Amino acid sequence: MTSKSPEQISEEAKLLIVDYLNKIDDMKPKERTQIPVQEMPAQDPRQRIKNLDEVALGYTIEQARIEAMRCLQCVKQTCVDDCPVKIDIPRFIDHIAHGQMKEASDVIKEASLLPAICGRVCPQETQCQLNCAVGKALKDVDKSVAIGRLERFVADWERATGKVSIPEVKPETGKKVAVVGSGPAGLVVAADCRRQGHHVTVFEAFHKLGGVLRYGIPEFRLPNEIIDKEIETLKLMGVEFKTNFVVGRTRKLTDLMDKDGYNAIFVGTGAGLPMFMGIEGENLVGVFSANEYLTRANLMRAFEKGKADTPIYPSKNVAVLGGGNVAMDAARMAKRLGAEKVYVVYRRTEVEMPARKEEVAHAKEEGIEFYFLQNAKKIIGDEKGRVKAMECLRYELGEPDASGRRRPVVIPNSEFILNVDTVIVAIGNGSNPLISQTTPQLNVNRWGNIIVDETQKTSVDRIFAGGDIVLGAATVILAMGEGRRAAAAINKMLAEEIEKEKAAVN
Amino acid sequence: MNKILFKLQLSKDVYLMRIEAPLIAEERAAGQFIILQVDDEYGERIPLTIADADVTEGSITIIFQVVGKSTFQLSRMNVGNEIPTLVGPLGKPTHIEKFGTVVCVGGGIGVAPLHPIAQALKNAGNHVITIIGARTKDLIILENEMKAIADEFILCTDDGSYGRKSLVTEPLKEICERNPKPNMVIAIGPPIMMKFCAETTRPYEVFTQVSLNTIMVDGTGMCGGCRVNVGKEVKFVCVDGPEFDGHKVDFDNMIARLNSYKEFEKEMHNCYLEKEIQEKEAAR
Ligand SMILES: Cc1cc2nc3c(=O)[nH]c(=O)nc-3n(C[C@H](O)[C@H](O)[C@H](O)COP(=O)(O)OP(=O)(O)OC[C@H]3O[C@@H](n4cnc5c(N)ncnc54)[C@H](O)[C@@H]3O)c2cc1C
Ligand code: SF4
Ligand code: FES
Repeated sequence: MTSKSPEQISEEAKLLIVDYLNKIDDMKPKERTQIPVQEMPAQDPRQRIKNLDEVALGYTIEQARIEAMRCLQCVKQTCVDDCPVKIDIPRFIDHIAHGQMKEASDVIKEASLLPAICGRVCPQETQCQLNCAVGKALKDVDKSVAIGRLERFVADWERATGKVSIPEVKPETGKKVAVVGSGPAGLVVAADCRRQGHHVTVFEAFHKLGGVLRYGIPEFRLPNEIIDKEIETLKLMGVEFKTNFVVGRTRKLTDLMDKDGYNAIFVGTGAGLPMFMGIEGENLVGVFSANEYLTRANLMRAFEKGKADTPIYPSKNVAVLGGGNVAMDAARMAKRLGAEKVYVVYRRTEVEMPARKEEVAHAKEEGIEFYFLQNAKKIIGDEKGRVKAMECLRYELGEPDASGRRRPVVIPNSEFILNVDTVIVAIGNGSNPLISQTTPQLNVNRWGNIIVDETQKTSVDRIFAGGDIVLGAATVILAMGEGRRAAAAINKMLAEEIEKEKAAVN
Repeated sequence: MNKILFKLQLSKDVYLMRIEAPLIAEERAAGQFIILQVDDEYGERIPLTIADADVTEGSITIIFQVVGKSTFQLSRMNVGNEIPTLVGPLGKPTHIEKFGTVVCVGGGIGVAPLHPIAQALKNAGNHVITIIGARTKDLIILENEMKAIADEFILCTDDGSYGRKSLVTEPLKEICERNPKPNMVIAIGPPIMMKFCAETTRPYEVFTQVSLNTIMVDGTGMCGGCRVNVGKEVKFVCVDGPEFDGHKVDFDNMIARLNSYKEFEKEMHNCYLEKEIQEKEAAR
C-alpha cells in the first residue's frame, strides 16, 4: 500500500499540520477534500513476515488530526447511519481535529465498548466509510475519511496515556447474570450488566479469555495486550471470570439458574464446527481447518517454536481455501511460520472477497499469491497419507444469480495440479453444537443457530443469546451490537423484578 | 483448584492420579474425558479419559502413560500440586443398557477407560466377559479391578510373561465363535488393537464399539483436528464421540492423522528420556 517509511510519513505530517492548524475552522469543504489522505504507517513487509508484531503501526497525533480535518461534518451523516452501533462519528472526529482526545474517546464510548478492537478489525469500507461524503466527492471509497484508523488512534491514545476510565458501577442489586463465552458479544454483556450493579460471571471453555479475538485473529492484526487490557477493565469493575468451564458439560445451561441461582443467562458461544468442502482427501495429514491452524499458532503459542509444546505442521507450500478474513489470517500466519509459497485459492474474483481490503493489500505485500476463479477439486496424498498436491478447477463468472452477483461456473476440463504439502480450509463455520446438544428445549434453526426475538431472548425463559451463535459467522461489531441489545433486555427484566420485589415487601 | 490428592505409579510408565474437580465428578459419566494442560502458557492440551470419580470427595481419577513431554511433566507433579488447566467432562457418555453378553477388550493403558464402562455394564445386568492384554506383564494395569467385575476374565501378554501368550484378538475370536455369539464388543486400546478387534468381529457381525483417542485441541467442536471418517461421514471425536462403530471407522486414516507430528514429538520424547536418565543418575 505504501512505500514510505513510518518516519517519512510522520515527518510529512508534522510539516503539513502547521498550515492546517491556522485555518482549522475556516476551511471550505473543497479545501478539506484536498487534504492528503493519511497513510497508515506499517512494518516493512520483509521484516514483518518474520514476526508476530502488529503490522499497522497507527497514526501519529499529527496524522490523526490532519485526517480528522478531512471530515466535512455533514448534516446528513451517512457514516453514522452505516455504523452498526451508531457511533457519533463526526462529533468524535471533530474532537480529534481540535486535539481533544479524551472528549473524542468519551463520544465513542457512548456507543462502543471496544474501540481499540473495532478500529482494527471492523470492515469499515463496507460500513461507515462506504458512503462517506469525502469518498463520494473523490469517487473512491479508499479516500473516505479513515474513520476506523481514527477510532483506533483515540483508543490507543487513551491506553498509552493511562487515562482509561473504569466505568461506574451502580450499587449491588443482588441479581446474578451468567455470560457463556468470552468473545466480543459476551464481554459487552458483562460490561453492560455489571454497570447496572448485577453480579456477572463469565464462563469460558478455554483457558484464556477473548474468544476469536484471542484464538482466531492473530497478534499481527490484534495484539493480545489490547484484549488483556479490556478484560482487566472488566475485572476492575468486579466481573468474575471462570475459565476451563464448558457450559453444557461442566454444568448444564439450565442448572446455572436452577442450582447456582443465576437470574439470567446470555449465551455467546460463537461459531463452531468448521466447514469442510466434502471433497476427496480432506482428512489427509496436512489438511487443517483455519480454526485449528490459527488456534495452534495463536492460543497455543506454536508460533514460538521451541517454547510451545503444541506442534504446528511444518509447511513449505500452502494452499488456503476461502476469501474472508479467516483465510487472510491463515495465509499470513503460514507465511510467518516459514512457508515458502502460500496460495489463496478463491472461487470468485477479488471484488467479491469478503476480507477487509487492508488485509488483502497487506497479504499481497507479504508475498501471498492469489488464485482467483479457482477452486479445489480433490486433495492428493502420498503413500503415508500426507498431502502432496491439490487438484484444482478453473471457473468463470456466469449469469448473475438472484442476489445480482455473477455466479462462478466451472470451466470443463480445466483441471490443474497445485503442488502443496498443506491445505488450510477457511470456508466458514457451522454452529457450536454443545449448548444445543445438552439443552434440547432451546430452539435452534436448521443450521444450529439459536433463534432469538428482537430483544435477543431465546425460546427459554431468562436465556438470551447473541453473536455468531445467533448470526452464523459474522463480525466483531455485529456480535457487540447483539450483546448490547441483550444486555439492555436483561437489565430491563431484572430492574422490573427488583421493582416487583420491593413492592411486595412494602 | 485441580489439586492432586493422590498419586500412584501403576507400572513402569503408567500413573494414576486422583485430582480435586468437584463439578466434573458430579457431571461425568462413563466414557467421558477431560483435557488438561500442565502449563497454561505454553503447555499442550492433552485429552485423558476419566477412569473414575468420587462425588463425595469431589475428585476424578485419571490414569495415563508417559508418552511425550506433557505426560512426562504430569508424571513429575506430586500430591498437593495444582494442574493449571483441567476441563470437562467432554464427549458423549457411553450408552449403557442391558445388551446381554458384552465382551470388554482392553489393551495396555486402554484398560483405564474400559474399567468404568465395564462396571456400568455390569451394574446394568449384562454378562461381562473381560479380555485384557499388554505387551508384557509389567504393562498390565487394573487386573484385580477388572477381575472383580468380570463374569469371565481372560488375561494375555504378547510375550507370554503373564497369562495367556497371545494377542487379545485370539480369545476374542473364540468368544465370537460361541453359540450364542456375544451381543456386543467394546474394545479400547491402541488404535492398531482396536482396528484388529474390529476386523476380528466383522465376519461374525458382532457390533463392536471402539473409543477413539485422536489429536485434540479445544475438545468442544471448534477446530476439527479430531475428525475421523466413520462410514461415509466425517465425525468430530470430541463432540460426536469418542465412541464409534468400529466396523465403520477408517483406522488407517486415523492412525496416519495421529502421527501427524511424529517427527516433532520424537524430538520431545528424546528430550524427556534424556532428562529421565539424568535424574536417575543423579539419584544414584
Ligand atoms: C480468524 C478470524 C478472523 C476474523 N476476522 C474478523 C475481522 O477482521 N473483523 C471482524 O469484524 N470479524 C472477524 N472475525 C469474526 C469475529 O471474530 C466473530 O464474528 C466474533 O468474534 C464473534 O463473537 P462472539 O462473541 O459471538 O463469539 P466468539 O468470539 O466466537 O467467542 C465465543 C467464546 O465462547 C466460548 N465457548 C463456546 N462454547 C462454550 C461453552 N459451551 N461454554 C463456555 N464457553 C464456550 C468459546 O471458547 C469462545 O471463547 C474473524 C473470525 C475469525 C475466526
Ligand atoms: S460521511 Fe464522512 S465526511 Fe461526512 S460526517 Fe461522516 S466521516 Fe465526516
Ligand atoms: S478437538 Fe477441536 S473439534 Fe474436536
